[in-house]
Amino acid sequence: MSEKAAAASKSFFTPFNVVAGIIVIIGLILTALRFTGGLAAVTNLSDYNPWGIWIGFDLLVGVALAAGGFVTSAAVYLFGMKRYHSAVRPAILTGFLGYALVVLALNYDVGRPWRLPYPFVIQQGTTSVLFEVAACVALYLAVLFIEFSPAALEWLGLRKARRIVVKLTLLLTIFGVVLSTLHQSSLGALFLIAPSKLHPLWYSPYIPIYFFITSIIAGLSMVIFESTLSYRYLSHKMDETHLKEKNDVTLGFGKAASYVLAGYFAIKVIGISAGNHWHLLGTSYGLWFLVELFGFVALPCFLYAVGVRDKNLKLIRWTAVLALLGIILNRFNVCLIAFNWHLPSSERYFPHWMEIGISVFIVTIGVIFYKFIVTRMPILYKHPEYSDSH
Amino acid sequence: MSISRRKFLGWMGAAGLGTAFGSPAHAAANKHFKGYPESLGVLFDNMLCIGCRNCEAGCNKVNELPPPDRPFDDLTVLSKKRRTNTKVFTVVNRYDHFKGIKNPLFRKIQCNHCLEPACASACFVRAFTKTKEGPVTYDPSVCVGCRYCMIACPFEIPTYEYDEPLTPRIRKCTMCQPRIIDGKLPGCVEICPTEALSFGKRGDLIKIARERIKKYPDRYVDHIYGEHEMGGTSWLYLSGVPFKELAMREDLGVTPAPELTAGALSAVPMVAGLWPVLLTGLYAVSKRKEKIAKIEQQQAIASTLEKANAEAESKLSKALAKAQKEKAAAISKEVKKALEEAKKTQEKEGS
Ligand code: SF4
Ligand code: SF4
Ligand code: SF4
Repeated sequence: MSEKAAAASKSFFTPFNVVAGIIVIIGLILTALRFTGGLAAVTNLSDYNPWGIWIGFDLLVGVALAAGGFVTSAAVYLFGMKRYHSAVRPAILTGFLGYALVVLALNYDVGRPWRLPYPFVIQQGTTSVLFEVAACVALYLAVLFIEFSPAALEWLGLRKARRIVVKLTLLLTIFGVVLSTLHQSSLGALFLIAPSKLHPLWYSPYIPIYFFITSIIAGLSMVIFESTLSYRYLSHKMDETHLKEKNDVTLGFGKAASYVLAGYFAIKVIGISAGNHWHLLGTSYGLWFLVELFGFVALPCFLYAVGVRDKNLKLIRWTAVLALLGIILNRFNVCLIAFNWHLPSSERYFPHWMEIGISVFIVTIGVIFYKFIVTRMPILYKHPEYSDSH
Repeated sequence: MSISRRKFLGWMGAAGLGTAFGSPAHAAANKHFKGYPESLGVLFDNMLCIGCRNCEAGCNKVNELPPPDRPFDDLTVLSKKRRTNTKVFTVVNRYDHFKGIKNPLFRKIQCNHCLEPACASACFVRAFTKTKEGPVTYDPSVCVGCRYCMIACPFEIPTYEYDEPLTPRIRKCTMCQPRIIDGKLPGCVEICPTEALSFGKRGDLIKIARERIKKYPDRYVDHIYGEHEMGGTSWLYLSGVPFKELAMREDLGVTPAPELTAGALSAVPMVAGLWPVLLTGLYAVSKRKEKIAKIEQQQAIASTLEKANAEAESKLSKALAKAQKEKAAAISKEVKKALEEAKKTQEKEGS
């Protein structure tokens, strides 16, 4: 209580609040433009380029970066890595917020957002990969909400409800892993239907597997990245266990990420040889592909390994940033840069600043909610009255 | 564990994920769908097309589309490459300078009405239907506006009303489905002043096209575009030059679109069925490991304790023994001293 009072007495105009406030105001204006003028008013989308950064970034990158929830809960609850327990709640929270924002962003992108339930309640297009994505994302959002709820219930002091939810942990974790496997890979499978539009170096029958594996890399790196940020800005909210385990998490997840990146590198190379696309590596798209493969897969793999060997936490943290950029680059390549590569440059897509504005707005909402929740609910610390495992 | 797993699988089924079983995409993967028998189509022959834009005008009229940017008799627009859009369901583009052909050639663009449409397979509300008459129709009353159909269509046909804030629709050629059902010709076919567009049963059109190629082998390339492209289309093309040169893609292959995603979709029940089993197994293994580790730890603690006790005891007894020895030595030393002193005093007294 005393803390709340102290916070209230502090000026409301902190740098964070001012910046966030400005972004939110601009975002609301852009929202109004979107829903009065249509997509044409705020985007550069066209009949050749029906998907822009709201899909490439908000959906594809958003879902990948929110993979920390299923990766961490699987590691702790299924694989028995109890020493990373303190990482579960922040990861679930980020996952939940991430998916919620993905759904929010979709409301901007699709033409008639109120019809988003139609594929389930009116007519099921089960031949569509998008149907699978939609079903899994919707279900997983619900799962994440339940997984996150104990923190909220502790905050609200609802013991009974919390006890029931905690009992479901194992079931929810398994359910979450299944759903994540399905939709993370299906996001890649969305592009299977367009072999004539996606550059052959990125188009591969393995693309669902690539998307799934990269989501694990994204999840691991995101946990490291996020713990770095929250330590920097919210360390006063962390309890001793969290602080103690923090470096353990960074080392352990860095090591895991290094392994997964190595595996990913290998299957990428296998993909090229399976499609026999070696000759394409000499083209300009080939060079770009190599930049992605070496700069954003091989390099982070190596740096993670060095960081873990030398116990160099700083290096691991920076590598996490590099790996995350690699994920963003990969999703952009598949959805935007190597997509429609056959079109003349005059027909290619480049985002309108207002599209970027909406994306920034949505990310900002996420940060605001994250901050709101971790400063109130037991995310970075254990609630003293619930000392049993959460 | 088994109960919750079964429950879990039940939920997955109830959640609709199980519906991926036996979906049309799978049926497509097993047998080659040759299209509805008797279905209709249109044959476009670019050696007969004169580039008059009448079809564009006819299409505009029968579909009640907004007036064009430039009147239909203005042929200067042909010099620019155009595409279909929400207000134009068909366009004719001109291609100049072909070896051995003195006139320019034209290409008419509209929906090809694929036999197994990518758009229909991609739509997650089944807004598209391949009708048995041939046209691929679109139902705006269910469309969500996700535009995945546009991503999927290999011919880049569906267009979207980007300027509609609340009720955007996909727009594309309907093959004049309402007219066909009434026994009328499609608007563009009806108005065409030459034989460039022929309407009929797809099977017959293929025969006609073959005959033309046979009769004029020098005029036509030996290929009916649309017979097999992407599994075949209802709209077919004959050309005097390779289709590539008319910007028609020849690298699309013959695989129907639904087959491209059938593999990924068939993996769904596999993942949904196998993952929980494997994960539960992993969980059990890690639980057991934990238990064993705990037992081992306890044992280790116990044995260390024992050892420590034993050590402590032996140390203690050693210390005791040492202390006793020391004590004894000290006593004997004291006694000796005392004796010596007594002796000394005796000697003193004696002297
Ligand atoms: S051409 Fe495109 S829009 Fe037309 S039926 Fe085929 S996939 Fe659908
Ligand atoms: S935009 Fe409409 S028709 Fe096209 S795939 Fe999405 S829901 Fe289906
Ligand atoms: S078939 Fe009908 S809708 Fe299609 S291009 Fe011809 S006139 Fe237009």
